[in-house]
Amino acid sequence: MEIFQHILNALQFGSFYALIALGYTLVYGVLGLINFAHGDIFMVGAYIGYFIAVALLSSVGLNPAVTLALTVPATMILTAAVGVTLERTAYRPLRRKGANRLYVVITALMAGLMLENGNLALLGASRKRFPDLIDKVIWNVHGVSITNLKVIVIVASIAVFLLLQFIVTRTKIGMAMRGISYDKFAIPLMGIPLDTIILFTFILGSSMAGLAGILFAMSYPILEPYMGALIGWKAFIAAVVGGIGDIRGAIVGGFLLGFIELGVVAVFPSTLRDLFAFSVLLIILWLRPTGIYGVARTTKI
Amino acid sequence: MQKKTFTIGIFAFMALIAGLAQADILSPYHISVLMFMGVNVILATSLNLVNGYMGEFSCGHGGFMCVGAYVSSVVTVLLFSKNQILGAPLLPASLAFLGFPLALLLGAAAASVAGLVVAIPSFKTRGDYLAIITLAANYIVISAINNMEIIGGPRGFMGMSATENGMKSVVDLPWMLIWVMLGTLFTVWLLRRFVTSTLGKGVPAICQDEIAAEIMSVDTNRIKLIAFMLSSGLAGLAGGLYAHVLGYVNPQSFDIMRSTEVMVMVYMGGMGSLSGATIAAVVYTVLMEALRFLDVWKWVVIPLLLILLMQFRPEGVMGNKELADLFPRLRKYYSFK
Repeated sequence: MEIFQHILNALQFGSFYALIALGYTLVYGVLGLINFAHGDIFMVGAYIGYFIAVALLSSVGLNPAVTLALTVPATMILTAAVGVTLERTAYRPLRRKGANRLYVVITALMAGLMLENGNLALLGASRKRFPDLIDKVIWNVHGVSITNLKVIVIVASIAVFLLLQFIVTRTKIGMAMRGISYDKFAIPLMGIPLDTIILFTFILGSSMAGLAGILFAMSYPILEPYMGALIGWKAFIAAVVGGIGDIRGAIVGGFLLGFIELGVVAVFPSTLRDLFAFSVLLIILWLRPTGIYGVARTTKI
Repeated sequence: MQKKTFTIGIFAFMALIAGLAQADILSPYHISVLMFMGVNVILATSLNLVNGYMGEFSCGHGGFMCVGAYVSSVVTVLLFSKNQILGAPLLPASLAFLGFPLALLLGAAAASVAGLVVAIPSFKTRGDYLAIITLAANYIVISAINNMEIIGGPRGFMGMSATENGMKSVVDLPWMLIWVMLGTLFTVWLLRRFVTSTLGKGVPAICQDEIAAEIMSVDTNRIKLIAFMLSSGLAGLAGGLYAHVLGYVNPQSFDIMRSTEVMVMVYMGGMGSLSGATIAAVVYTVLMEALRFLDVWKWVVIPLLLILLMQFRPEGVMGNKELADLFPRLRKYYSFK
């Protein structure tokens, strides 16, 4: 029975990785840009959720269920605003200038550092405790304890995946997104507003990070400024292992990383988690250099 | 003739600094800043070989530094100081002169072997996927060391100061400062010789177009192997020096933050410019000390500076130019090729 418990935990952790990896992969798929600030946008999302929830609970005095219902959309919108601000102020001017992709990556990395340390400087190093918004329900099925929160997290990540998959493959805007990733110069000639599509991509990715932030804060209710750094890097690795730029890849990579980590913890001491997880990922990348779903692009001279 | 004046000048400068330190004109604080400056110069110039000249995106330089730091520390502690696990010193402390450079070289060699983890996949992958491999390599090194109880695990490893004391017991000079300066000089010299050599010209060729370079008979795999191993080996050298400057290492000081710091130096100074990376490392070290009063805000201001730099001068301060390109008169004193 223990194995089912581990599988459930792995699914929950994989869901977080997958939700964040989706943001990486969306932006990468459209712009070919590694948005290194994404892990920190996730952290900002968790903090925004915290402030909204605390304000609604204590100042306005709403009951937890209504608070949750209001917090989730508000956080997603505000986190998306953070992502969009970042895009407008830092990435777009560089893109307009036609700067090398690498410079945008550095800018993203630095923007992430600014978010982390700006948070530390503004709010101090004391950790925040996220309020309990839902009553914890534990179902005990043949010795496997299932909490309602775990189910919510897993269901949310799969729902987000299906939604994004639908948007990218079935809608007009998704077609435009795929078009941009195929040829950035021909797309504006077809009358497609490049900047709007890119903005939409950032909105999608950042709001998913906001959602992941709230879900994470509800599951592990201690917030600190560096919480986004490690999970962000790991989610990025998950996205690459799945094949960055492909929505399915993000989900598969995220769950794979979750399973590897929890599998290691189940067998070995938990301090070996990172060592094994990253070694396995390294081996996967050795064997399939473009990730699981990635397609090698031929380069012309 | 030209070359000699420059070489003599460099050594005279180094002797002057060492003399000032010996005469207590420089305070211990200034000496330590100077030493970190040297370590940073080694790190920045060695990363510049991969990120600047070769155009790859390696973000795991801290991991290789960590390998070098731990290997050389373990060697010197084994040889010259008493440790609970590694036992009594094997050699008398007066032999530290011979043992210390050997330990540094061993550390550098171990780090360049660790560089193979990145170098071999680089034959097949490029760009973002390779960036992940370097990132994963960094994490693997850190968590491997965290799990080695014999060298202290997350608590860190110490006992390296016995080596410097051993050297001081023979001749009382600021030895660590001298070793750091020699290491820095060696690194810059080696990298300059490498990138201007016929073999080393392959490195910028890979940056510009790998397939075209391959067609023009550049053995790209060999060049990549050399570049990655050289870069990580020099990072290991920097790590060894860093460990002995502080006398204490712990794995957390080599994490992704350290790698980011080195990247900041490289991109600030300009990719593909040896003098740019050197200047950036010096400026960065001074800036870190000068902005100490800002406390946490320091790490908001420095990224902001770099973002602004990327907006207005994306190729970095020097950007593929050496000092001699900007100030042609310098050529009178030194031939930069």
